[in-house]
Amino acid sequence: MTVTEDRPNYKWVGTRPIRPDGYDKVVGKARFAADLNLPGQLHAAILRSPHGHARVLSIDTTAAEAMPGVKAVVTSADFPELDASNPERDVAENLMARGVVLYVGHALAAVAASTKAEAAAAVAAIEVEYELLPVVLSLDESMAEGAPLVNEHNVTMFVESDGPSNLATVNALERGDVDAAFEAADLVVEREFETAWVHQGYIEPHACVVDVGLDGKADIWASSQGHFRVRSQTAAVLGWDTARVKVTPAEIGGGFGGKTTIYLEPVAVRLSEKSGRPVKIVMSREEVLRATGPAPASKARVRIAATNDGELTAIEGWLGYAVGCTNDMAGFIGAMSVASYKFPNLKLEATASLTNTPKSAAYRAPSAPQAAFAIESVIDEIAQQLDMDPIELRLKNAVVEGDPTAMGMPHPRIGFVECLEAIRESDHYRSPVPEGAARGIGTGFWFNIGEQSSATVNLNEDGTATVITGSPDIGGSRASMALMAAEELGIDVHRITPVVADTESVGFTDVTEGSRATFATGMAVVNACRELIDELKARAATILGVDADAVDWLDGEAVADGKDPLSLAAITAKAKGTGGPLTVTASLNAGGAGPSFAVHCCDLAVDEETGQVTILGYTAAQDAGTAIHPSYVEGQMQGGTVQGIGWALNEEYIYDDEGSMENASFLDYRVPVASDLPMIGTIIVEVPNPAHPYGVRGVGETGIVPPMATIANAISRATSVRMTSLPMSPPKILAALDDR
Amino acid sequence: MKGRQMRYAAPATVDEARTLLSDNPGSQVFAGATDLVPQIRAGRPSPSMVVDLKRIDRLTAVLHEGGQWTIGAATPTADLTRNAEFTAMFPGLSEAAGLIGSDQIQNRSSLGGNLANASPAADSVPALIANAGQAVIASGDGTRTVPAAEIATGPGRTSLADGEFIIEFTLDDPPAGTGDAYLRMIPRTEMDIAIAGAAVRLTIADGTVSDATVVLGAVAPTVVVVTDAEAALVGAALDGGRFDDATLDAVAAAASAACDPIDDKRGTVAYRRQVAGVLAKRAATVAAERAQNGA
Repeated sequence: MTVTEDRPNYKWVGTRPIRPDGYDKVVGKARFAADLNLPGQLHAAILRSPHGHARVLSIDTTAAEAMPGVKAVVTSADFPELDASNPERDVAENLMARGVVLYVGHALAAVAASTKAEAAAAVAAIEVEYELLPVVLSLDESMAEGAPLVNEHNVTMFVESDGPSNLATVNALERGDVDAAFEAADLVVEREFETAWVHQGYIEPHACVVDVGLDGKADIWASSQGHFRVRSQTAAVLGWDTARVKVTPAEIGGGFGGKTTIYLEPVAVRLSEKSGRPVKIVMSREEVLRATGPAPASKARVRIAATNDGELTAIEGWLGYAVGCTNDMAGFIGAMSVASYKFPNLKLEATASLTNTPKSAAYRAPSAPQAAFAIESVIDEIAQQLDMDPIELRLKNAVVEGDPTAMGMPHPRIGFVECLEAIRESDHYRSPVPEGAARGIGTGFWFNIGEQSSATVNLNEDGTATVITGSPDIGGSRASMALMAAEELGIDVHRITPVVADTESVGFTDVTEGSRATFATGMAVVNACRELIDELKARAATILGVDADAVDWLDGEAVADGKDPLSLAAITAKAKGTGGPLTVTASLNAGGAGPSFAVHCCDLAVDEETGQVTILGYTAAQDAGTAIHPSYVEGQMQGGTVQGIGWALNEEYIYDDEGSMENASFLDYRVPVASDLPMIGTIIVEVPNPAHPYGVRGVGETGIVPPMATIANAISRATSVRMTSLPMSPPKILAALDDR
Repeated sequence: MKGRQMRYAAPATVDEARTLLSDNPGSQVFAGATDLVPQIRAGRPSPSMVVDLKRIDRLTAVLHEGGQWTIGAATPTADLTRNAEFTAMFPGLSEAAGLIGSDQIQNRSSLGGNLANASPAADSVPALIANAGQAVIASGDGTRTVPAAEIATGPGRTSLADGEFIIEFTLDDPPAGTGDAYLRMIPRTEMDIAIAGAAVRLTIADGTVSDATVVLGAVAPTVVVVTDAEAALVGAALDGGRFDDATLDAVAAAASAACDPIDDKRGTVAYRRQVAGVLAKRAATVAAERAQNGA
C-alpha cells in the first residue's frame, strides 16, 4: 500500500475485520432473493419475444388461463400506459412490451401458476400474432441514412427534435484550436476501434417474491443495488403511491450496475394482486443474458497529436455507442469520461444510437471502458513511436488538481500522478519482462457520485450499537459502515451490528451507483455518530453534574476535569434517567465525490500459432482516497480488473441475423474462469478526498476501465500487431497475425 | 397438469439393465448424466425412464490383467486420471479424460458417456481411438465388441441399437517405445468445449517412427483419423529427439486438410482448420518425447 499524504492515526479505519455477512455467504446460509419462499406462493414464467422487432397484433391468453394450475395471466393491458413525460416509461415498456416488441427476449406476458412447470406450459400456450418489422442490430445500421426506426417513442436528447429518431444523444465538447494543433504536431496517431456488447455477468439471476395484501399494499423481497429505486420504479410503473410499496432487500449476488433498474417486480405485483397469492419470479441464466444488462457495443475514432518530446497537444475523437432499444446517456457520459490528460486542444463528439437489442444497463464506470480502450491504445502507440516509456509519457501529460476535465470543470484533488508513480516504483514494473512475454500499461478514471443517503445509529442499553442504512451490501459496505462508526464512537467494531434495512425502516437512500455507498452512506453514518456523541456528552454532563461544554469525547469515553471518565456503556445504561433512548438519524445529499484513477500493468504471452493470450502477471494501482476496509478495496480492484480482462479477451454477444443471441449461456458467453488468471496484484494509493471526513473516494468502478487497453498494449508489444476490436479472441488475434 | 413423470432405475447387474431397457420403450441409460441433465434442462424431452449404470460393479471396474486394460464404461474419469499406472501407460488419454468439464464433473463423467453422447468435441474420444480402444457392448442377450471408432456416427448419433449400451472398453498395453498425447484448443483454460482437438500416438524404434495414429476432434461430424498425417510420421527419423520442421509441417498440413468443420459461435471454419494443424504437430511432438522417454 502507498500512503501519499499524512494520515491521522486511525484505530479502526484501515483495519481488516471479517465482514459480518461473510460467514453466512461462504456456507450458503445467506438469503438471496431466490431463497425466499412464502406459504401459498405461486411461480411465474414470462413469455418473451422470439422476434427482434415486431408489432404485436394480438395476444390470446384464453388457452393459457384454462390450463391446470394457472392462477393469473398479465399482459401490458394490466398496466397503466405511462405518458412520454414519465421518466420510467422506458422501464415500464421494457418489462412488459406494449404493442411492439423491440428485441428477442422482450417480455410480453406473464403467468403465475402453482408450479414452475405449469407456468412454463401456460406461457407456451399463449398465442401471439406478430407483424415483423425491420431489425436494426448495429450502430452503423442504426445511424445510416433512412434506417428503419428502432423505437417509435425515441427522441434525441440535447438537440432540437423533429420527431422520432434512432439517435439517443448527440453531444460535442471542444476547447482550444484543434486544427492548428494537428497542423503543428510532430506526430499524429489515428485509429478506429470497436467493442462488443458485454454483460455484467453477476452470478445471481434477477429474482423477487411479492405478496400484495388485502390492504392493497405490496410487500416485495428482491435483490437489487437499491431497494428504494425498486420501490419508486415499481410504484411508477403501476401508477401507485410510493407508500403502497415496501421493499425488503435480499442479499445481492453481484450487480455491477446491472441491478440499478427493475425487470420483474411490477409484473409479480400484478400477478399477486390478480391471484391473491404470493408470487415468485426467478430468471434463468438465458433470460438474464437475453433480457437484462448489457453494456453498449461501441465504435470510436481517435486522433491524438504529440510533440517529439511527448507532449500531447490535441485530441480529436468520435465515440459511438449502440445502446439497445431505448434512450440512454452512454454517449454523453462517454465523452465526459475523457479526462485523464491535459490536452490543451480537444474536440470530442459522442453519440448513442438505438438498436433492436436489450435495453442497455450500467456496467461499472458505464461508457468509460469503451472510450479508454481507444484513447489509451493511441497514447501507447505514441509512446512506442517516440520510443518513450509509457508511464513517463503519461506522467508528462497527466491531469492534476485544477486541470480541466473534458467538460471544462477543474479536477479536484486527485491521485493520477501518484498511481502512475506507484506502478513505476512497483516490484512488477521494476522486474524484467518474462522471457517470451510483453508488458502493457493502461489507465482509467471514474468520476464517482454522492447523492442521497440516510443512516440511523441506535446505541443499545449495554453500549453496543446498531448502524442502520439503506445501501445494499454489494461490496463489503456493512463492514465499512461499522468501521467508520467504531472510529467515531470509539468502541470495538465487533460491538457494532450494521444492518441494511427495508424501505419502511430507514430514511430514503439512493441506489448504489457511482461507487457512492462508502462515500455518501458512510458520511451519513459519520454524521449520525457525531450527533450522537454530542448527545452522549450532554448525558455525561447530567450524570457527572458538570456543564455540557466541560465534557470531551475521547476514545469512547466522556471525560471532564476532576471526574472519572464515563464509558459509552456507562452512559447508555443510564439512558432512561437522562432523557431516553440514544438514537440519531442523519440524512444528506452528499457533494464532493472524489474521482478515482487507476493504472494497470500486465505481462502476457501470445501463442502466435493459435492466437491465445495467457495473462502471466497483473498489477493494479488505484486511488482509494482512504481505504476504510483495505481487503474490500482490493476486492473491488481485482473484480473490476477481471471483468475487464473478460471484456478484453473473450466476452461478446453473438447475434444471428434476426437479433437472437446465439451464446446465451455461461458456456458460450465466456467470462474468465479462475484458472485463466494470475493473482491480480493490488496497490492501494491513498490521496484523501477532502470532501469526506475520512477521505473516501469510491473504488467500485474505475478498475474495469484500464484492462482492455492495457492488454491490447501488451499484445502490441508482444506481436507488433495493434488490436483495435474487442474481444481480442484467439481467432481475431490469429487473423491479425496472419495479416501482419 | 400432472407433469410428465420420468422414472429412475438403478440396476445392479448388466442383465437387470438389459431387462429394464427392453421392458421400457423410450428409456435411456446414463452414466454420469453430465450431458443428460443439461440436455433435459435445455428442453429436450425427458426419457420415460433413465437407467443409472453406475450401480453395476462391472461398469465402474478398472482391471489390468494379461497385458490388457478393461475399463468399465461408467467409470468416473477422475478414477483414470488419478490412476498412476494407467496414466503412465496412456498419458494422453489420461490427460484428455482430465479435460472434461471441471474437477467436479470428472467425478461423474465417463469414457462411455463421453463416447455415446456422440458430441464431435468429446475430449476423451480422439485419444481413446488413437489407442485402439475396443468397446464391449451389451447387445440382446450377449455382447458384441467393436472398435470405439465405430460407435459415434454423427453429432448425437451412434451405431448403438435400441437397448444396447457400452459395458466396458479394452485397451492393449502399448508396445515398448510408445507415447500418446492429446491437445485441444479452448479460449479459456477449463469449463469449455473444444474448438479443435488432436490426439497422436507414436511408436518409435531406433529413432524412427514405426507406427503412428493421428485423430482429430471437433473439426468434423465425427472424429477424423488423419491417414495422411500418419503416413508423414511413419518412417520419420528423429533428430536430437525431435521431428524436423518438414515432418511437422506435413503433419499440420495433412491435419488441416482433413478437417470438415462448421462455422458456429464457438469457432470459424478457417480457425478450426488452422488450429487443428497446429495441435496435431504439437501433439506429435509431445507423443514423440513420451515415446522416447519410455512413457
